[in-house]
Amino acid sequence: MAAYRCGLYLALILILSRIVHPGIADTLEKANDTTGEKQSASDAPRDNADARSVDLNERQWQKTDVEPYTGDDPQNTPSVRPAKDQFEEELVIRPLHSGDIYASFQFRTLWDVDFQQEGQKTSHYRLFPKSLGQVLSKFSVRELHISFTQGYWRTMQWGQPFIASPPGAELWVWFHHTVTDVDGNWRELTNVLSGIFCASLNFIDLTNTVQPSASFKPLGLGNATDHSFLRYATLPREIVCTENLTPWKKLLPCGSKAGLAVLMKSEKLFHSSFHSQAVHIRPVCQDEQCTSKAWELRQTLNVVFDLYTSGQGKKEWSMFKMFSRTLTEACPLASSSKVYVDITDNPEGELFELSPVTALLSQAVVLGDRRTYSVYDLTRAETFGQLRSLNLLLRWKGESGDMLRPLLHAERYVSGFGLQTGEIHTVIYNNHPFRAFPVLLMDSVPWYLQLYIHTLTVTSKSRENKPSYIHYQPAKDRHRPHLLEMLIQLPPHSMTEITVQFDRALLKWTEYTPDPNHGFYVGSSVVSALVPSMVAMNTNFTLDQPLFSSFVPVKEESSYFMRVYTEPLLVNLPTPDFSMPYNVICLTCTVVAVGYGSFYNLLTRTFQVDEPSPPLAKRLANLIRRIRGVPLLT
Amino acid sequence: MLLKIVLLGITEKQRGRYAALAIAAVVIIVGIPLWWKTTETYRAWLPFSDINELDSLQLRLSVDIEVVFSRGTLTPEQQKKIPLSHVNEKEHQVDAKTGLRYQYETRYRTATVMEEDALNQPTAAEADLSLHTLTESSCGSVVVYVIPESSVLLPEDVKVYVGQRRTALLRSPPFKSSWSLNEVISNLNPRVEQIASTMSFSHQDITAALSDRVRMTKVTKESMADSMRAIKSSPGYEITFSLLNPDPKSHSLHWDIEGALHSYIQPLLNKLAPIANFSVDSQILYYAVLGVNPRFDNSVSAYTLNADSLSHVINPVEARLGSNAASSNPVLNFLLYVPDAHHSPLFIRDHSRREVPTNAFHSPRWGGIMVYNVNDLYGPESERPVDISINMAKVMGVFLAQLRLMLGVHQTHPPSGFVLQSPGSAGLADWELDRLMWSRSVENIATASTTITSLAQLLDQIGNIVINDNIALQVSSAVTSLQAAVAELDAGNLVFALQYSREAILASERAFFDPSLLHLLYFPDDQKFAIYIPLFLPMCVPIVLSLLKIVSEVKKRRAEKQAKSD
Repeated sequence: MAAYRCGLYLALILILSRIVHPGIADTLEKANDTTGEKQSASDAPRDNADARSVDLNERQWQKTDVEPYTGDDPQNTPSVRPAKDQFEEELVIRPLHSGDIYASFQFRTLWDVDFQQEGQKTSHYRLFPKSLGQVLSKFSVRELHISFTQGYWRTMQWGQPFIASPPGAELWVWFHHTVTDVDGNWRELTNVLSGIFCASLNFIDLTNTVQPSASFKPLGLGNATDHSFLRYATLPREIVCTENLTPWKKLLPCGSKAGLAVLMKSEKLFHSSFHSQAVHIRPVCQDEQCTSKAWELRQTLNVVFDLYTSGQGKKEWSMFKMFSRTLTEACPLASSSKVYVDITDNPEGELFELSPVTALLSQAVVLGDRRTYSVYDLTRAETFGQLRSLNLLLRWKGESGDMLRPLLHAERYVSGFGLQTGEIHTVIYNNHPFRAFPVLLMDSVPWYLQLYIHTLTVTSKSRENKPSYIHYQPAKDRHRPHLLEMLIQLPPHSMTEITVQFDRALLKWTEYTPDPNHGFYVGSSVVSALVPSMVAMNTNFTLDQPLFSSFVPVKEESSYFMRVYTEPLLVNLPTPDFSMPYNVICLTCTVVAVGYGSFYNLLTRTFQVDEPSPPLAKRLANLIRRIRGVPLLT
Repeated sequence: MLLKIVLLGITEKQRGRYAALAIAAVVIIVGIPLWWKTTETYRAWLPFSDINELDSLQLRLSVDIEVVFSRGTLTPEQQKKIPLSHVNEKEHQVDAKTGLRYQYETRYRTATVMEEDALNQPTAAEADLSLHTLTESSCGSVVVYVIPESSVLLPEDVKVYVGQRRTALLRSPPFKSSWSLNEVISNLNPRVEQIASTMSFSHQDITAALSDRVRMTKVTKESMADSMRAIKSSPGYEITFSLLNPDPKSHSLHWDIEGALHSYIQPLLNKLAPIANFSVDSQILYYAVLGVNPRFDNSVSAYTLNADSLSHVINPVEARLGSNAASSNPVLNFLLYVPDAHHSPLFIRDHSRREVPTNAFHSPRWGGIMVYNVNDLYGPESERPVDISINMAKVMGVFLAQLRLMLGVHQTHPPSGFVLQSPGSAGLADWELDRLMWSRSVENIATASTTITSLAQLLDQIGNIVINDNIALQVSSAVTSLQAAVAELDAGNLVFALQYSREAILASERAFFDPSLLHLLYFPDDQKFAIYIPLFLPMCVPIVLSLLKIVSEVKKRRAEKQAKSD
């Protein structure tokens, strides 16, 4: 968008200058030929094919003639440790109680790279995508998490997702502690990422970036505590579509040519109730002893298909129905390639029927619950059967039972009327019958909502609940947003309501979006918590765990980490009539002109005492008197 | 009473006239400057006069040439007049605004004892090496050793030997001992000039480097295909080696790119470090297929591709090559394509439909592609995927040659009788580096001066562009660096000239592409008038009318006075 605008401006300059003076063709040519280059250089070096270079179709190909290499054959090649790059892919299908289907893809690429030699000039990519690797080293990124989500995850109907994400785009990055200009790196990084993912991440600037003090801890190796190296930003308005999916698929070593990624047809994926794609990069251990480190790139894609309404009320689904494709092979580069189907609620097959039947079962503890999965291993030929393709089919038999209520759930809304004041309500539910647990609530509110922090109230069970930790950073107009972080203890089986009042600011007329009457978005609140687990969590780190259960490191058996996002808010701001400036200018000019005119007249006109002419009666009388010869009247 | 009234009227009229004049004066003295000041755009001062001077560029390149006579080439009589120096200048006017002057400063001396020893080595290569250890010649200079006609250092038919460093050996033509030294020198001069144009620069190189400033005719363009192949001068380059594996199910490829880079590419890049920064990446792309299906040729029982279709072949691959997200330097791509089992062997045919022994092609300013057939490395029965290790020496030989072409180290075509020592493990002789530095300096100066002059023109033409202080700073630093680079070229300090020209190009590009230049406050004139008219029209009309009235009254009174005096 910005690039486009730049280009537009430049074009404008050119047109203007052509009008102003037609004789500067040389200058224009120079500017013209660099327009494209500017676009790429200024904010997203997307396609660096040198704009000045010869056009592709005019490219001349010449044969290369080589004299045989006469130099001595170098023997002093340094002994290179064979790199242990690894790629795994996985698809989890979970039938939801609402009749929807939740499909979660996860791809993990491990990049075995020497961490000691950071900042070196050469780097070698085998499975890891080059574009992301260059970003990591250029901006000294330690950890990068980016997600694009269309739709809102309905926790009360669907339960918990494996990895939660807020509607719109979310980006949080931990920089290396050697970085001196974190804000500068962050700005450049957002521009580069917006180029890589074709998203408007370049709209992230200091006015919507915060540095949370407690809510976002690094998920990878290393224990960073200085949150001045962390940047977090959301763009709740970002619309996710095909143009974001294509570059995301390009990051996979097999692309969409083989493996699970062949299922990702955008016309099916975006015809869904919820779509979320994410990229998580972090340093991890390669083995249990952590003798060697590697970069881990996790690409996740979560979709919820509403097959109940689109399937004419029939509760059955197949892979072909969902993705309009079937699986025929694993990605040849993948060390593991599996499809999991959640059959926990269907131990004896009384609820639904799954075909083809697989003997492989797997149990995993995920999100505080022990789940059972049917496993289809795509690296084995027998999975595909006679037809050489795998088309999973599930037919429901009876009504599904009640879903276990999620233990933690949060909502948010705006109350109040008029365009002056309002109140933000955040409601957090603890559905655990007997355990209280603390949650961290993080709120980032744009500066144009002026929060009154003295009106902040936290109530649980109609009693005041004093947060044990509050971190509040007030906003600066046009510079930074409000950041509010609180540690709140949630009593068992309770509803906790947090309210804060705000005023709506008047923006400058250039600060309004093109459709100001739509309203302004406020990003989701983030609730992070260690939720008490029903079953013992698996704390030992093994490599053969399924990917979906191994994303967040588990530190203790009794609880698991969870993050819940609330809805984004849509707030109306007082919107002026945008033709107003012109009207005002014209009106003031007229008023000034009228005032000036009368003033001018008053100053420059000459006033003369006029001879008052006698009234008509008097004149007639004088006439008669003159005739009669009587003295005249004065 | 009447008189009083008339008098009063006259003073009243006078007062009104003064009021009108005062208001007009206030409007003109205060109002217009105020309006001008509040609506003007900020424009920092730019060194326009210096930029105008740069617009007409007169470059003078000076080369130091040292001609050393070894024992047995001069008679004692002739030796007496040595040392001697001589300056030779050539002038070329490239176009109306660009002129070139080459200054060859030749100094003649006799060889020292140590140099004589060095020249007594059995072979020319050893002589070259030991001469190099004796004296460190400065960048851009040339040393020519004149050896006797009967010397066995060079083979019979070789007249000139150009070493790996900045020295050349010249077999002296037969002299008559009766000649004066000047005659000897003038006899020697054509050879020395040939050597200088081989080892430092030729007129053709320099005019090619000026192609940014000077519009080329079609004919010269074609004759300069060699220099067109080189990628444009830039402060940095990204070099990407990509291994394309279209079918990972049939081939599992391994390439030891790290070791290969270390032993083949890195020495060359180290040598080229003064010219630009290089960063090297490698990647493996799977399922990267060519855009055109190769045709099976029964006569050779192989698949063939035509060189004409290569650009279509590359298009789909190029989309996946990925640009460098982290920098905006030009990228050089080197692709190694291993065809899948069903489409191999694959050969590319050149424009005259012959097979190329290297099976490699390159495209100017883009990079190269090499097809590496592996079908003869395994039998038809072997288990898929087949593990294949790529012979990096073969691949890197091709890529190294392509890289040298892309970077502008072109094959020099020496005059007959010349022998060039091959550059050895470094991949680049010192004098080749010098050649590159000469043309890069000139190219940088040409590019930076064009950028700066066109920026100055643009800013001059469009009055609405805001010129910030930092742009003015960049422009003036570019101008000073440019002037310094020109001066250093003039003085023959090649290293400094290149360094200043790089600074100039960086500063000028930064100024040209500064985003603040785009924040153009642009209001069309008609809209401006529409807004101003409600204020300006009612204000100006009475002022103008009353001024006209006053003027006409003054004229009338003058006429009356004239009449009275008459």
